[in-house]
Amino acid sequence: MNVSAISPRWHTIAATVENKPGVLARVAGLFSRRGFNIHSLAVAPTEDEKFSRITFTVDIEGTPLDQVVKQLDKLINVVDISELDPAESVERELMLVIVEVGEQRKELMEIVEDYRAYVLNEGDGKLMLSWSARPARLDELEARLRPFGIVDMQRTGRVALPSLGT
Amino acid sequence: MTSSNPNNGGEALVKSLEYEGVDVMFGLPGGAILPVYDPILDSSIRHVLVRHEQGAGHMAEGYAHATGKPGVCMVTSGPAATNVVTPLADAMLDSVPMVCITGQVPLAAIGTDAFQECDTTGITMAVTKHNFLVTDAQDIPRIIHEAFHIATTGRPGPVLVDIPKDIVDPTNPKSTMTWYDPDSIPMELPGYRPVMEGDPALIEEAAALIAQAERPVLYVGGGVLKARAAEPLLKLAELLQIPVVTTLMARGAFPDRHELCLGMPGMHGNYTAVTAMQKSDLLISLGARFDDRVTGKLDGFAPTAKIIHVDIDPAELGKVRHYNIGIQGDCKLVIEGLIEVTEKLGASAQADRSDWRSTVSGWQEKFPLVYENSLPGDKLKPQFVMEQLRDGNPHDTILCSGVGQHQMHASQFWKFDHPYTWINSGGLGTMGFSIPAAIGAKAGMPDRRVWAVDGDGNFQMTAQELVTATVEDIPIKVALFNNSYLGMVRQWQEMFYDERFSEVHLSDNVPDYVKWAEAMGAVGIRVESPEEVAPAIAKANEIDDRSVVVEFVTDARENVFPMVPTGKTNSELVVDPSQQHLIDGEASGGDAGNGAAS
Ligand SMILES: Cc1ncc(C[n+]2csc(CCOP(=O)(O)OP(=O)(O)O)c2C)c(N)n1
Ligand SMILES: [Mg+2]
Repeated sequence: MNVSAISPRWHTIAATVENKPGVLARVAGLFSRRGFNIHSLAVAPTEDEKFSRITFTVDIEGTPLDQVVKQLDKLINVVDISELDPAESVERELMLVIVEVGEQRKELMEIVEDYRAYVLNEGDGKLMLSWSARPARLDELEARLRPFGIVDMQRTGRVALPSLGT
Repeated sequence: MTSSNPNNGGEALVKSLEYEGVDVMFGLPGGAILPVYDPILDSSIRHVLVRHEQGAGHMAEGYAHATGKPGVCMVTSGPAATNVVTPLADAMLDSVPMVCITGQVPLAAIGTDAFQECDTTGITMAVTKHNFLVTDAQDIPRIIHEAFHIATTGRPGPVLVDIPKDIVDPTNPKSTMTWYDPDSIPMELPGYRPVMEGDPALIEEAAALIAQAERPVLYVGGGVLKARAAEPLLKLAELLQIPVVTTLMARGAFPDRHELCLGMPGMHGNYTAVTAMQKSDLLISLGARFDDRVTGKLDGFAPTAKIIHVDIDPAELGKVRHYNIGIQGDCKLVIEGLIEVTEKLGASAQADRSDWRSTVSGWQEKFPLVYENSLPGDKLKPQFVMEQLRDGNPHDTILCSGVGQHQMHASQFWKFDHPYTWINSGGLGTMGFSIPAAIGAKAGMPDRRVWAVDGDGNFQMTAQELVTATVEDIPIKVALFNNSYLGMVRQWQEMFYDERFSEVHLSDNVPDYVKWAEAMGAVGIRVESPEEVAPAIAKANEIDDRSVVVEFVTDARENVFPMVPTGKTNSELVVDPSQQHLIDGEASGGDAGNGAAS
């Protein structure tokens, strides 16, 4: 898949929700019933375990985006919601990827060095790498690894926080 | 009253309902909710036993519409919970405050496909403002309190509370709890903060924009009724001398007999209401949501109008139509704010609207609602019956309606002069709404006369609740418009499917509605000729100890006009055939301009 994470169509929305059963279903249900696709989604408790933070990216804008944010805000369990402007926030995503080593081990290791990815595991002629960066950089690494043969890959979807200061 | 300090979930649930001020609730028991029905025997709350849970839900809605208080229904798990899905969806779309209690299988059985288990909170997520699955008896008073709070504040709506059997069953240790006063502890709703006050700066801007408007229209929706803002609305309209349209959900929010009232806009609105919006330079939308049944084809809707949009739900602002000024807030408070600023501006600040007023009254004279009288031997004209019904009843009569042609005729031909006298299913368009809603309204307003206007198709969906009305002694009156057809669908097939009538003919002779009414303990009267209409209505009004069903045998050929065909703009309104030649004259006449929407 060609993940165009840098495309301006992608919007990142961060919601603080109550950490209760069923809340994710409410959020996800709202998307599906209004006909929107969630591109990526990351959920985990915040520093206060009563709340979770959901970061999701969607490929809508204008009125539909405004509607989704407002409709989500109406959910009783959604405490706070905002769109994160990429210019004023820090975004990160983590990727685990298994690559064939094959003949070109040297070239592969150069890329690993280049990106400062971690080698987590090796065996069976394969390498398992881990790397976290801006989603667009993950796309880049993914593209460079592809020719070697990606056996399996899991990306977490982006998480984001507003930048500090100005 | 239930015991003063309940120590189990079942009693606590009933006491919590008493605490919230519930005086009537509608329901039907079954396995999972059984433990709650026992303490109901000792409660001050009147429980109305329905014949189908859908009826319980619509009764709760009718009660809420008529009284302004939240309607309450209680049913068991599984099939009973699925039976209330329709009224929940109905209440969701029409913003009706309602609390629905459902029984659930015991906690440990949840997720095991137990007998009469269904995922009630999952199923109802999309049709409730919020729902709860209670997992601890100790939480019952707090969650019931939260449920009522959510149902009645902000934009009102239905809230469902799903209660597993073990936490209300006194023989189960899981039901043990210690009663507490729910107001003594904080609610746990960190994400719920409805905004009531409109932004004063925006209200000032709005008042200034109104002052400049030469062709303004007050576009009034159901939110005005929910905010109980009919009084300030009247004051605002009179102060500004601006004509008012009331949507299907707002009929009665502004008196129909008032000279500024233009009546209902939209697909079956009258010519003047529809056209005034089309030609307006400023729509002041109060608690309305630009529903497609009001706007017609959106890009041709009110093309020259700027928009002031006031709604308590921020998600409504700009959802359908861009606004020039959008104010989030309670309609009553915002209208009061507008009055205050307008008074400060003084009468001299207002643009001259005399031309607009005379244009509008010209349309009213030229395009009244019309229909042709029946010829001898014809069946009754539904419009004639509706006029007779209107004239045979006091102005404060509560009129409930089903969904179809009879509903549109009722909204068109009745004169609503008081708020909360019109109860119908606007958003969901739920057939079968009227009889149970009328019973709910009557239960809440026993001293008022309540008529249900119904179609023959609608009647056959929920008529069994007339048994409830008889047994529970909640007498209502039903005006049954029997045209032997699913009339509204027939109308569409006639107009848009070349008169190919597919599955719309019910029957010319079955059921026998008079016998059916009598079997349910009501009085049945059949009316077939025009001169019998008024006497039959008078006779029905004399009967107070039983429900009455007056069956009017009406003409199936009669359609609802005016009509904006779907997909057409409101400028392409089709009026009664006898008026169509006048429209052709209008189109060439003085036009109020057709600039692009702002
Ligand atoms: C539950 C439900 N099913 C179907 C419809 C579609 N529908 C709208 S009006 C109507 C016909 C209603 O017939 P009737 O009660 O006889 O009223 P009439 O239009 O003849 O006055 C139908 C089938 C609906 N609104 N609700
Ligand atoms: Mg009919």
